[in-house]
Amino acid sequence: MTDAVATRLKKRHAAEARFRLYGRMAIVVALSFLVLLLGRIGLQGYSTFTTNTVSLPVYLDPARIDRADLEGSNYDYVVALSLLKMMGETEDEFGTASDDAMELVSRDLGFQILDQIKANPALIGKTITVTGPVKADADLYYKGELKRSTDEADRKLNDRQLAWLDRIKTSGAVTSGFNVAFFTNADSTEPEQAGILGAVIGSAMMLLVTALIAVPMGVMAAVWLEEFAPKNRWTDLIEVNINNLAAVPSIVYGLLGLAVFVNGFGAPRGAALTGGMVLALMALPTVIIATRSALKAVPPSIREAAWGVGASRTQTVFHHVLPQAMPGVMTGTILSLAHALGETAPLLMIGMIAFNPGLPESFTSSASVLPVQVFIWETASERAFHERTAAAIIVLLVFMIAMNAAAVILRRRFERRW
Amino acid sequence: MVALMTVQPPLIRTAAPHSHHPVNLDAPKIVVRDVSVFYGAKQALDSVSIDVPGKAVTAFIGPSGCGKSTFLRCINRMNDTIPGCRVEGAVEIDGEDVNARSVDPVILRAKVGMVFQKPNPFPKSIFENVAYGPRIHGLASGKSELEGIVEASLKKAGLWAEVSDRLNAPGTSLSGGQQQRLVIARAIAVSPEVILMDEPCSALDPIATARIEELIDELRQQYCIVIVTHSMAQAARVSQRTAFFHMGRLIEAGSTEEIFTNPRESRTQDYITGRIG
Repeated sequence: MTDAVATRLKKRHAAEARFRLYGRMAIVVALSFLVLLLGRIGLQGYSTFTTNTVSLPVYLDPARIDRADLEGSNYDYVVALSLLKMMGETEDEFGTASDDAMELVSRDLGFQILDQIKANPALIGKTITVTGPVKADADLYYKGELKRSTDEADRKLNDRQLAWLDRIKTSGAVTSGFNVAFFTNADSTEPEQAGILGAVIGSAMMLLVTALIAVPMGVMAAVWLEEFAPKNRWTDLIEVNINNLAAVPSIVYGLLGLAVFVNGFGAPRGAALTGGMVLALMALPTVIIATRSALKAVPPSIREAAWGVGASRTQTVFHHVLPQAMPGVMTGTILSLAHALGETAPLLMIGMIAFNPGLPESFTSSASVLPVQVFIWETASERAFHERTAAAIIVLLVFMIAMNAAAVILRRRFERRW
Repeated sequence: MVALMTVQPPLIRTAAPHSHHPVNLDAPKIVVRDVSVFYGAKQALDSVSIDVPGKAVTAFIGPSGCGKSTFLRCINRMNDTIPGCRVEGAVEIDGEDVNARSVDPVILRAKVGMVFQKPNPFPKSIFENVAYGPRIHGLASGKSELEGIVEASLKKAGLWAEVSDRLNAPGTSLSGGQQQRLVIARAIAVSPEVILMDEPCSALDPIATARIEELIDELRQQYCIVIVTHSMAQAARVSQRTAFFHMGRLIEAGSTEEIFTNPRESRTQDYITGRIG
């Protein structure tokens, strides 16, 4: 081996080692960003999944409850009075003490009392025990996120309220547990009452609409373009346009939906149906492109075999080519639906940003969806909503992972047939 | 040890030599007149005229790109599926022009079966592979009749004994030679009159090839078979008639014996002796 060869070889090895190092570095950087992202969301959001519940004996004072107008009575105040009594304070007729007390337990307790009295008016004058969440700020204090060390003026709860919370805790009336309400409620103005179920159902309904429109239309369009359409200037033009549509910013689809569906056809604003239609427009080019590439990947010999035994073009496509392409179609479709699931901008355009305290009633009623719920909570001022933002993102990510897993499973199942 | 060795029957069985006797070429099955084929501006075939007899094997030989496969695909209008392909001239089967407007290529391709170079069974079960054709053409009125057709077709293709116990296994799980016989069974199942074979053995080993050649010789009793082959030995073994193509033209057609022993054209002579091609 001459020197020249040795030097060149050494250089080549060095270049290879350098390239591998760059590759590893790129992966490490990408992974660390992913860990940072998921870690931050997880750290901020996990505390939402536990919550503190309080059980209070409440004296249903006949003097404070109007038997003739049960709905009109102030049960939050009744609860606050019982809390004050437990703390050994005197009532001050809507003064600072009862105000402070009302800021500690959720209004859910008051609603529970109303429901119980409505069912059984004989309860008035007796003492009943009601169990419900503490207010979001009190919850944050119990979780250690609202600290006593913060200056009193800078925190939501004053020293007296913190002292009361400590006494309730030591009395054993407070228990910490899984936050069921977060998974069974819709949105609420009270953070401790706000839940994700409304948005999950809204997202599922909207995706159903998207899938029902985009998948059949997209697959049929792709089949026609790939298997039947003549290759001429018009089909070339269509192809170029479909590829371009896939790159159009999603908010443009929102504007289109607003102009055509809402203002043109009178589709309901902020409904799962309208949102689904807009997202279907958005998903359509991706579904078409994915289906076309799956169809292209089917070997021509299968088509020739079918033609050879006298199958028509339609029979060839639907009996042989499309079934062969199905795994690819499935994967492409589900991934484009998962992408649609995370869309926010076009939905804001068609008015899906409304506050919906109830579960969506139908496809044409106002509904919330997960990404918009994240957006709404992120812009809320209460600190407790911010941990719910992170929790909603976790739910959204789980939803997406579930969809991607479904894509993988479906692909395996369809491929395993032969 | 040496003393124990006896003459083994040849591993590769070939069609019996008696098939080389001249066959009775009464009414031709396929009559081709002045067929030219264009792929866009490129001409692939230049006015080919030939008569193909029924109940015999006709082999098309010639170097790669000579147009023999293209010509084969004119007979069942397989060229229709190629964008930009234009066919001129007349191809008649039993006196009927296959390119006539009244002829539906779907019906034509049931009448003219095709076997391709690479075995291409459907990615379905063995049964489904054979049953597909009869099913789409409505040839069987019930399940038992369909099963009868499948069994008869597989028997004719000499595959029944090997697959009768696993008809639900995927067709693609068979060996290459078995797959090619499955494909032949699939073509037979729709009761064709003509079977076109486009280099059916080029992807097979010699044993599987011999098995297919034997099968072709059996099928000749019932079908008009046209085979495209690269192997002159194969053409000599299986066919009664041979046509030699070169540069998009039909150079010479005649009985196989004649072509291989006493060709009229010098180009045919050059090709079969290995000087061109």
